Amino acid sequence: MIYREAGQFKASYPADQAIFPIRQDQVALVIVILIAVFVVPVVIDDYWSNAVLLPFFVYALAAMGLNILTGYCGQVSLGTGGFMAVGAYSTYKLITSFPDLSFILVVILSGVITAGVGILFGLPSLRIKGFYLAVATLAAQFFLVWLFNKVGWFFNYNATGQITVTRMKVFGVLVTGPEATPTAKYLFCLTFVLVFALVAKNIVRGRIGRSWMAIRDMDIAAELIGIRPLYAKLSAFAISSFYVGMAGSLFFAVYLGAVEPTEAFGIEQSFLVLFMVIIGGLGTILGSFLGSAFMALMPILLKNGLVDGLQVEVVTAKHIEIIVMGTLIVVFLIVEPHGLARLWQIMKEKLRLWPFPY
Amino acid sequence: MDLFLLETCISGLMAGVMYALVALGFVLIFKASGVFNFSQGVLCLFAALTLFDFLSEKGWFARIFGFALPVWLAIICTIFVMIGLAWLIERLILRYLINTDPIILFMATIGLSFILEGVGDILFGSDVKPLDIGIPQGAWDYLLDNHNFYVEKLEVVAAATAAILVATLALFFNRTRIGRALRAVADDHQAALSVGISLNTIWVIVWSVSGIVALVAGVMWGSKSGIQFSLSLIALKALPVLILGGFTSIPGAIVGGLIIGVGEKVAEVYAGPFVGGAIENWFAYMLALGFLLFRPQGLFGERIIERV
Repeated sequence: MIYREAGQFKASYPADQAIFPIRQDQVALVIVILIAVFVVPVVIDDYWSNAVLLPFFVYALAAMGLNILTGYCGQVSLGTGGFMAVGAYSTYKLITSFPDLSFILVVILSGVITAGVGILFGLPSLRIKGFYLAVATLAAQFFLVWLFNKVGWFFNYNATGQITVTRMKVFGVLVTGPEATPTAKYLFCLTFVLVFALVAKNIVRGRIGRSWMAIRDMDIAAELIGIRPLYAKLSAFAISSFYVGMAGSLFFAVYLGAVEPTEAFGIEQSFLVLFMVIIGGLGTILGSFLGSAFMALMPILLKNGLVDGLQVEVVTAKHIEIIVMGTLIVVFLIVEPHGLARLWQIMKEKLRLWPFPY
Repeated sequence: MDLFLLETCISGLMAGVMYALVALGFVLIFKASGVFNFSQGVLCLFAALTLFDFLSEKGWFARIFGFALPVWLAIICTIFVMIGLAWLIERLILRYLINTDPIILFMATIGLSFILEGVGDILFGSDVKPLDIGIPQGAWDYLLDNHNFYVEKLEVVAAATAAILVATLALFFNRTRIGRALRAVADDHQAALSVGISLNTIWVIVWSVSGIVALVAGVMWGSKSGIQFSLSLIALKALPVLILGGFTSIPGAIVGGLIIGVGEKVAEVYAGPFVGGAIENWFAYMLALGFLLFRPQGLFGERIIERV
């Protein structure tokens, strides 16, 4: 009843090919975006911005990137943390070397640099497949983190080895550093996420996205029908790393402000993003959002519930949190291996017929 | 040959044996069930923690029954715990994940490793525990005095244990009924099912066996550096060994371990100082990656045949 597309006729190809062809989807999306742009910035406070929404945006961007590589192109990568580090350190080098560069450009350039590094580490994918490749991408993870720890040029030879963001302005408004208002940070990240979600959605619908999916489903068959694995795989690595690099850039510059490579970009980060992609749903852009919302909010809810609600000690709560996370992941994989996006789809099917399912 | 280089190589070989012990557990499970078991490292930690608990005066066992167990009995009890754990894992997780994508199974084992890690921490505490079950420690005096040659006794014991373990496993796989069934399952799940081999039983057995291998690895690593959380990270050390040797090959795990061990030590000593040290984190991966470019299935892996 609520979600019925009967009667919505498409009279032209463009209308038929629209990203969101169903009116209810369009309306819902517009409402969500309007709330996100106009209502949330007004009511947002420091806690919500820093603890909930910024990590959500950053991880959504990273999850989108990994989803392009793993969900659409079928190349499992465990190097996400390393690529985020590339994004973060590119941003640091860019803002310290060229302080006058627009910060928007800096974030995008960081993505481009990461894309280059991604192509480099994507080269083995032409020869290595499956889990062999997944383990091989760990080489990127460990090597990059080591590089940023050891080579002084990357952190401008400062004594702590940390990188700290300088104050950057976008259109005269401060967006980085502790003095920036939560609203400014929020809107800055939101813009990036919205714009690049749209871009991703369009890429995966187009020729290049289809070639990725062909490679994912069976690479030999794809090769036989004329898709060049070299271009398809490397472009997936490039675009995926571009997204992950931007996520790393925002993670460092806007969300944290100061990072230390081993802590912030360790292998846990790679696994976290992979979990988001899998729990959200492989091969869906929506899934990246749902997955990162789930994985970013779950620990906070658990922690609040255990420490504040049940008065559990912080250390014990940490252990319980790990157990609950692990259990949730396992249960999730058993109940719905196709992720939250699939649940959403089932719900839409149900809503289409509700309340008369026969 | 340069004595120092020889010493480096031998110490690398010994370290390689330790990696191979962990990699062995991976290979067993991957061979029999196609599961890339990331929780092997945590299994090692868990086994070592359980063993320590049976031995310790302050452990749960001693608190409940009033006495701690002697070493041999503690090891047997730990083996039973690992078998019980394998049964639980099959019962609660694997059974429901038959026929899902390999990556889903892989993620499930990561979830499992979270659970085990949390349970281990809550039950046994997260402080560093020295494990001493009578394995000799320190340098081998005879070689050190007469030839000025440094070899850890513990590592020699580890190498000997690994040799015995591999020989036992080889016998088990080739000479017993269950071993044959395991190999049948590894070759072809459906064919194995159709001749009446129970997949569930096989999985319990193979997880138990790799739990026992994890116990051996956990004991060795625990004796070497104490039982602590970082023990679970040796899984990350075993991964390059795996891809180097091939996921499906037991000899591959051993040879891969030795190559990685030696390569890592030699590189650390000779190339490390030039690039700022601490390269052992990634060197093994790069080495394995280099090998993979020439043999994508690893040194001993089964040839990957793809059909459209």
